[in-house]
Amino acid sequence: MNDLVSVVDWSRAQFALTAMYHWLFVPLTLGLGVIIGIMETIYYRSGDERWKRMTKFWMTLFGINFAIGVATGIILEFQFGTNWSNYSWFVGDIFGAPLAIEGIMAFFMESTFIAIMFFGWNKVSKGMHLAATWLTTLGATISALWILVANAWMQYPAGMKFNPDTVRNEMYSFADVVLSPVAINKFFHTVSAGWVFGAIFVVSISAWYLLKNRERFMAVKSMKIASWVGLVGMVVVAYTGDGSAYQVAEKQPMKLAAMEGVYHGENRQGLVAFGILNPEKKSYTDNVDPFLFEIKIPGLLSVLATRHIDGFVPGINDIIEGGYEVKGADGKKVKVPSAQDRIASGKLAIAALSDYKTAQKAGDKAAMEEAGKRLEKHYPDFGYGYVTDMEQLVPYVPFVFYSFHIMITLAFFFIALFLLILTYISKDKLDKAKWVLWIALLSLPLGYICLESGWVVAEMGRQPWVIQDIMPTFAAISRIQTSAVQTTFWMFAVLFTVLLVAEVGIMLKQIKKGPVQK
Amino acid sequence: MILITDKNILVRIFRFYVEGFRSMTLGRTLWAIILIKLFIMFFILKLFFFPNLLNANFNTDEERAEHVGMELTAPDLINR
Repeated sequence: MNDLVSVVDWSRAQFALTAMYHWLFVPLTLGLGVIIGIMETIYYRSGDERWKRMTKFWMTLFGINFAIGVATGIILEFQFGTNWSNYSWFVGDIFGAPLAIEGIMAFFMESTFIAIMFFGWNKVSKGMHLAATWLTTLGATISALWILVANAWMQYPAGMKFNPDTVRNEMYSFADVVLSPVAINKFFHTVSAGWVFGAIFVVSISAWYLLKNRERFMAVKSMKIASWVGLVGMVVVAYTGDGSAYQVAEKQPMKLAAMEGVYHGENRQGLVAFGILNPEKKSYTDNVDPFLFEIKIPGLLSVLATRHIDGFVPGINDIIEGGYEVKGADGKKVKVPSAQDRIASGKLAIAALSDYKTAQKAGDKAAMEEAGKRLEKHYPDFGYGYVTDMEQLVPYVPFVFYSFHIMITLAFFFIALFLLILTYISKDKLDKAKWVLWIALLSLPLGYICLESGWVVAEMGRQPWVIQDIMPTFAAISRIQTSAVQTTFWMFAVLFTVLLVAEVGIMLKQIKKGPVQK
Repeated sequence: MILITDKNILVRIFRFYVEGFRSMTLGRTLWAIILIKLFIMFFILKLFFFPNLLNANFNTDEERAEHVGMELTAPDLINR
């Protein structure tokens, strides 16, 4: 038992380490790609060589980021086969298909067009080069789509049916998987977050040039384009973030409760604008106040979660105890079952699968059919059958709460920063406003913190589920030694650190060097 | 602008890549990093540390399904 817990924790830590590291590179590729595309479009239209020089400079940084980050996501797929073999089999082609498409798309689109992007200056026409630049960015964006479709399916399993013969979830509707509302929102939210991050990156480095009194034309123009891209990105981030919050409230209410530190639900639930959690709060069952200090905006969480100011937002205790009403698929109100009821139902589902397999071995078709019907009836609660302690159903609230609030706070800060920069550029006083430039320069690590916080909210907030309600982490894991996972965890930590040091070192060298002189 | 004029498209593509690789400066370092990284990932990590357990231990999909079915209904997993 202890070894299983340990294997689960180390495997999760290893997955988190790899995914969070990979996530350092992806947003910059997505965001910088758009900014480079805009710069090159201006060069294409104006013929001004200064824009070409600018495009080539940012393209070099894009290339460094791309080279260091490329294929780091493949390590995640290694982990599926070794650490998460039950999960890997159980999800079957639903997870495999989008990842396979991603691999093919990434290889053919990105690797073809990125070659033209870097080798094609003066060898292909200006128009073809511009097209290659945009298609590289589009290729990277479409790659992200398939990964996010796979991730969204884990958060909201759709378009599949469990087959007890193969013990796999099999896809019956590709459209339902790809076009699930969670997938669409997740895709646009993530990609637009990448645009914002690309903007912060460009703004930050450009600010350094202005502080050093170098490359004024490039720095100011880059900051202008980046700030507009950042602002447009923030509008999409905000819109899709709102959509995500609504979906989370409906499909993953425990995640929303953890994001806001809500233990007891109420109508007109307020949104915590600022809060400090009480470290003495150890369990949802104790009567300790969850907050030491909080400032709430009355009714706002109800509006975000239900679209009504009087809407009821359940807390962690409500979700465990059940009994509150929600709108069902047919629009009618239904009572939410308690976690205890769902655990009982989940155990019936697992027993039905066991009976099905026994009947299958005995060749008893009638018993198979009967067990299959029981399994189908209780399958939506399948994962609850592995839950032995209610605490397992509650994500680690402080991590999710603080990550969510850091992400939101930084989002508002970035909006203010982009507006400030654009205001100073419009007055032609940006290079004199040293304080704005310093803030812009120092915002780069904040961009990374914001991105990783978003990842933590999405992934830590859905614990214990690898597939929402269907499979918890402790059923998804392989029976392997903890020491094996610990060994590879530290190997990854070393490898990633070396790569990160290489990236930062090469980037800094190129930035100091600046754009290539004509 | 240097326009490649060979008629054979494959030759043109080949020359495009060869000239591109030859003219690289920073790109050489980046390619070295990519190749070292891929070597570590595929020839060390994947080969020695990350076997696909189900593929390594079972020959057919039926055996794999049987194994995962037993895993998911194992009493020690359900009644921990």
